[in-house]
Amino acid sequence: MIFEEKDECMEREALRALQGKRLRETVERAYNKVPFYKKTLDEVGVVPSDINSIDDIVKLPFTVKDDFRREYPFGLFSVPMKEIVRLHASSGTTGKPTVVGYTRGDVATWGRCAARTLACGGGTADDILQNAYGYGLFTGGLGLHYGGETLGATVIPMSGGNSKKQLMLMQDFGTTLLSCTPSYALQLAEVADEEGMDFKAFQLKAGFFGAEPWTEEMRIQIEQKLNLKALDIYGLSEVTGPGVASECLEQNGLHVFEDHFYPEIIDPETGQPVAPGQQGELVFTCITKQAMPLLRYRTRDITSLIEEPCPCGRTSRKMRRVTGRTDDMLIIRGVNVFPSQIESVLMSVEGTEPHYVIVVDRSGTMDDLEIRVEVCRENFSDEIRKLEELRQRIRHEIHSVLGLHATISLMEPKSIERSLGKAVRVIDSRATANKKA
Amino acid sequence: MKVKQVSVFLENRAGRMAEVARLLGDHGINIRALSIADTANFGILRLIVNDVVRAEKVFRDAGFTVDLTDVIAIEVPDTPGGLASILDTLNQAGFSIEYLYAFVEKSADKAVVVFRFEDTEVVLKVIHTLGIRALTAEQVYAM
Repeated sequence: MIFEEKDECMEREALRALQGKRLRETVERAYNKVPFYKKTLDEVGVVPSDINSIDDIVKLPFTVKDDFRREYPFGLFSVPMKEIVRLHASSGTTGKPTVVGYTRGDVATWGRCAARTLACGGGTADDILQNAYGYGLFTGGLGLHYGGETLGATVIPMSGGNSKKQLMLMQDFGTTLLSCTPSYALQLAEVADEEGMDFKAFQLKAGFFGAEPWTEEMRIQIEQKLNLKALDIYGLSEVTGPGVASECLEQNGLHVFEDHFYPEIIDPETGQPVAPGQQGELVFTCITKQAMPLLRYRTRDITSLIEEPCPCGRTSRKMRRVTGRTDDMLIIRGVNVFPSQIESVLMSVEGTEPHYVIVVDRSGTMDDLEIRVEVCRENFSDEIRKLEELRQRIRHEIHSVLGLHATISLMEPKSIERSLGKAVRVIDSRATANKKA
Repeated sequence: MKVKQVSVFLENRAGRMAEVARLLGDHGINIRALSIADTANFGILRLIVNDVVRAEKVFRDAGFTVDLTDVIAIEVPDTPGGLASILDTLNQAGFSIEYLYAFVEKSADKAVVVFRFEDTEVVLKVIHTLGIRALTAEQVYAM
């Protein structure tokens, strides 16, 4: 089912005209109501009347995460506080959080976009959605919650954690749709296994997994273990939250709801648009947001856009799975390494579950790469030789993919921290090692 | 005559073995025989205990990676050359041994050695024809 067929299946030319019109309105509002945008637009000498079509978007300056910090907390809002009905904030790893505000209209739009997401995965008003994203300042919980209600589905507001209860209700209530982080989905599978529960006896049809990068190999594991269709969803609070882009049942790219969120791909070094289909940094402009117009926001996520039409009938462009972030790229002995590459290798080596952590340290002048992998029932053996073979296989595959030699450490289960929100996969101790030296 | 060995994955860190011994002790499980194979990074603890089912559950509940492995417990004459003659016989029969370790206690004048063969099933089919006595699981757990 397509939730908003008229909007989601619009002719491309009509969509572009709509995007142009909405961009102009957005720039006008930003320029006239938000001193920050007045300043940045004046700096590049652009006035709202310079925006006559969506192609003029390249004239606009970028917005970055630091701008949210500088304008903390409400500097980027374009409406008085009495019109703001909701605030969310993303956990800032350093300093102040990134604050976002929504008008009543924004909340409604967000709910419809999140409903589109669920419908993309086959969800209808007949479904029961178990929402295991965290509720609170994080947009994941309330985003999918409103999406489910807007769709007309029955929503179970579980939030994250309490896995045994999650599984019990999933079984007793006949949950058909699950939303959570992909790493939490695997944790649920692990707990179900320990409890002797079989997902084949559950009613699950589809799972909506996002908020952290994951891989095709992980999709295969989740689909096998949870006995459902695993779909990649994308969103970030600065843009709105979940419901920015979602996979349909084709499972080949995420439809960007570009009548609301206009995507571009740029070269992160030069800021210039890349050729169509090429990989680069994803940039979003919110062209319908009332509380917070957002111009050319650099997400730091690395992906590319698919221009070809999708067999599902939706006419929006699709983005490929996010393969990394411009800021989580590790440079190890001069080699660019994305944690997702290492995850991919681990998943391809038979029997290795993706509970791992990457440790980068420095001994002398050399960077040391260590990958700690948990031993699970599937890959355990009572023979040293077989476990050593597993280590060698991982080491060999890492070397053939990255060209780097890594130390592979086998760890006891649960020795690596589990995540309810975003997984911490990298420990980079090089900065502190330098200070000590 | 198959005996179940409890195999446990352990990280190679100080005090880990003491924690395991305490865990079993607290749950009233008695260790009959054990061996540890280790590398610089990790180890595998192999145990023969009086209550296999319970031991496996105790380990699993405590979050260990644990598996049950089929092994054969063989009576060996407790005299110089006793083990050598058994090994010769097994070798001549073409059986490949992955590892072996001795029991903590011995029964009367015989020692008991735990063997992990590459193919336990095949060995079990013919072992009695070689004049070698394998103990039953009940005998072993009750020792």
